[in-house]
Amino acid sequence: MPLGIFAFFATLAVISALGVILQRSPVHSLLALIVTLLCVAALMIGLDALAVGLLQAIVYVGAIVVLFLFVIWLLNLERDPEESGRLGIKLLAAVGAAALVGELTAFLTRTHMSQQTVNSDYGSMAQLAGLIFGNYLIAFEVTSLLLLVAVVGVVAVARRWPSPRLANRPPTLSAKPQT
Amino acid sequence: MLIDLIISAIKAIFVVLLVLNLSAVLLWFERKGSALIQDRIGANRAGLFGIGRRLGLPNLGIINTFIADPLKIFTKEDFVPDRADKFLYTLAPFLALFPVLISFAPIPFGDRLIVGSHQIELVVCPLTAGILYILAALGLGVYGAALGGWASNNRWALLGSVRASAQLISYELTMGLSIIAVVMVYGTLDLQEICRAQSGTWFGWLPKWGIVYQPLGFLLLLVAGIAESRRIPFDLPEGESELVAGYFTEYSGGKQAAFMLADFAEIVLVSALISTLFFGGWQVPYLQSDGFHLPGGTWLPLSNPVVALLGFVAFGIKVVFFCWLQILIRWTLPRFRYDQLMTLGWKGLLPLGLVNLMVTAVAIVAVGGSV
Amino acid sequence: MTTWFPVALMTAFAALVVGLMVTINAIVGPRSRDPVKGEAFECGNPPSGSAWRRFSVHFYLTAILFLVFDVEVVFLYPWAVTIRQLGATGLVEAGIFIVLMLAGLIYALRRGMLDWS
Repeated sequence: MPLGIFAFFATLAVISALGVILQRSPVHSLLALIVTLLCVAALMIGLDALAVGLLQAIVYVGAIVVLFLFVIWLLNLERDPEESGRLGIKLLAAVGAAALVGELTAFLTRTHMSQQTVNSDYGSMAQLAGLIFGNYLIAFEVTSLLLLVAVVGVVAVARRWPSPRLANRPPTLSAKPQT
Repeated sequence: MLIDLIISAIKAIFVVLLVLNLSAVLLWFERKGSALIQDRIGANRAGLFGIGRRLGLPNLGIINTFIADPLKIFTKEDFVPDRADKFLYTLAPFLALFPVLISFAPIPFGDRLIVGSHQIELVVCPLTAGILYILAALGLGVYGAALGGWASNNRWALLGSVRASAQLISYELTMGLSIIAVVMVYGTLDLQEICRAQSGTWFGWLPKWGIVYQPLGFLLLLVAGIAESRRIPFDLPEGESELVAGYFTEYSGGKQAAFMLADFAEIVLVSALISTLFFGGWQVPYLQSDGFHLPGGTWLPLSNPVVALLGFVAFGIKVVFFCWLQILIRWTLPRFRYDQLMTLGWKGLLPLGLVNLMVTAVAIVAVGGSV
Repeated sequence: MTTWFPVALMTAFAALVVGLMVTINAIVGPRSRDPVKGEAFECGNPPSGSAWRRFSVHFYLTAILFLVFDVEVVFLYPWAVTIRQLGATGLVEAGIFIVLMLAGLIYALRRGMLDWS
């Protein structure tokens, strides 16, 4: 990947990632997150991981961020609340962030950045399939179990609500036809 | 090198303009065609200083749709509701139309064209993972409809947005499953290769098109595709008798035009995908790279530019046919209820798609890869 | 990187055309503000407060189920491309995966997760 293209997408990714945490409106943060994810996908494609980059865009931009949007709608987070969490949560977040920075620093200082040549089919679908259905078969099957557990979890969480309709929902937002 | 860049630039711009223009033609067809179906007159007001009338020509509404209405639309006031999120309000129509336009990049519109020493692939960008690229771009398209209604801060619009996003994601799964079954048959994600694999015939007369392998997959993709383009009978996000106009209730002018064109561009995209995956794309029956090979054994030699042109025309005819089919369905069926829509998507099409996938996989493995 | 040049160009051109389409009215259109005109359209009634409020949890459940199944579908693409090379082994491996996915779908449907009526 030419340095200029890398610099462009990397800078954009960092700027939009800052946008995610600096925006007041959660929906604007969400948009910034989409830009970040697309930039990361572009960087992956630039590093010849074509399939992974595109699958990342499909799953993250096409599904996960959509779910975030639904969460924002569900919880009505249109405005940033003045008091964002208790002190304990803030402390926990600070510790977590510090741990992440430390981990990344340790990782970056110990890794040797080396120029490696890769096979011509590197990052292709066929190679990906070979890995998933070969070396990482057990992880692959466990993933499906994990996703099954996720479905069960969704059902369990949904049953907490006494009825599918929330009490303070306005009548116009009914999915049923008006009789 | 430079000439190649220029050629690919021309192809890229050509395809964007082609899709936009075809969408406008579909809009005209929707207006005049629906009038025909409902025994009305339809758009017939604007004319060129009465020249057509004096010559006794019927007014086909062409000047209405292609000159008068765009002029009116693009010179309207830039209206933004007071309580709207101003930035997202402008961004939403952009996010609706833009992803549809760029998703045409890996769809081939013809075979190789040989000009001198240059071999031109008639596709904007021959990506090895073209199908994934299209799906990624379509995933981005959800945000146009989802944010349009939210940014408007209008009850009807927001309900349209919520309905639209739930509908789009529900039918995206079916779309993915039916496409995966086709990918299995051809073993590639490259749409140009899929097209090439559909050349030739069985028994000397039946074209080797994907529909023969995947009849159920075709139906699934057609239904899911119509749902993705939010057309009747799946137009609950914008049902005018329930939600005023759904997520673009508060929109006017160019922004509304972008939403409208996005709907029609999606019809074109679905048609192009169906033609490419199930109907041979640019393949003309019995036409090979050196001319026609008719079932009787006669050979009609043709030169490369003629073959390439025929392929392009054939692809165009197939796409327009499926666009027409979708518009016909729109004026034939009534709208679903929302629970019916969700039941069809999750309890009907999704299990069917999985079954279709499994049957295809078992068949391919049983035959041992000779298909 | 040259493979992606046409895509980049197409992206830029499409962005230009669509960007012009959504901003042209601000440039050439007339301007007139009016407090009543700026209200949300609710069929002529005075607007009843902001539209940004909570709505049915049902849509959220649909989204979360979609996410789960989308991740599963994504895993099937690599298999679909190499189905002939992987053969019967791959079929069994992916079969287990799909059966588990189907079990999840049936469970969710049985529990009425997607009953809208």
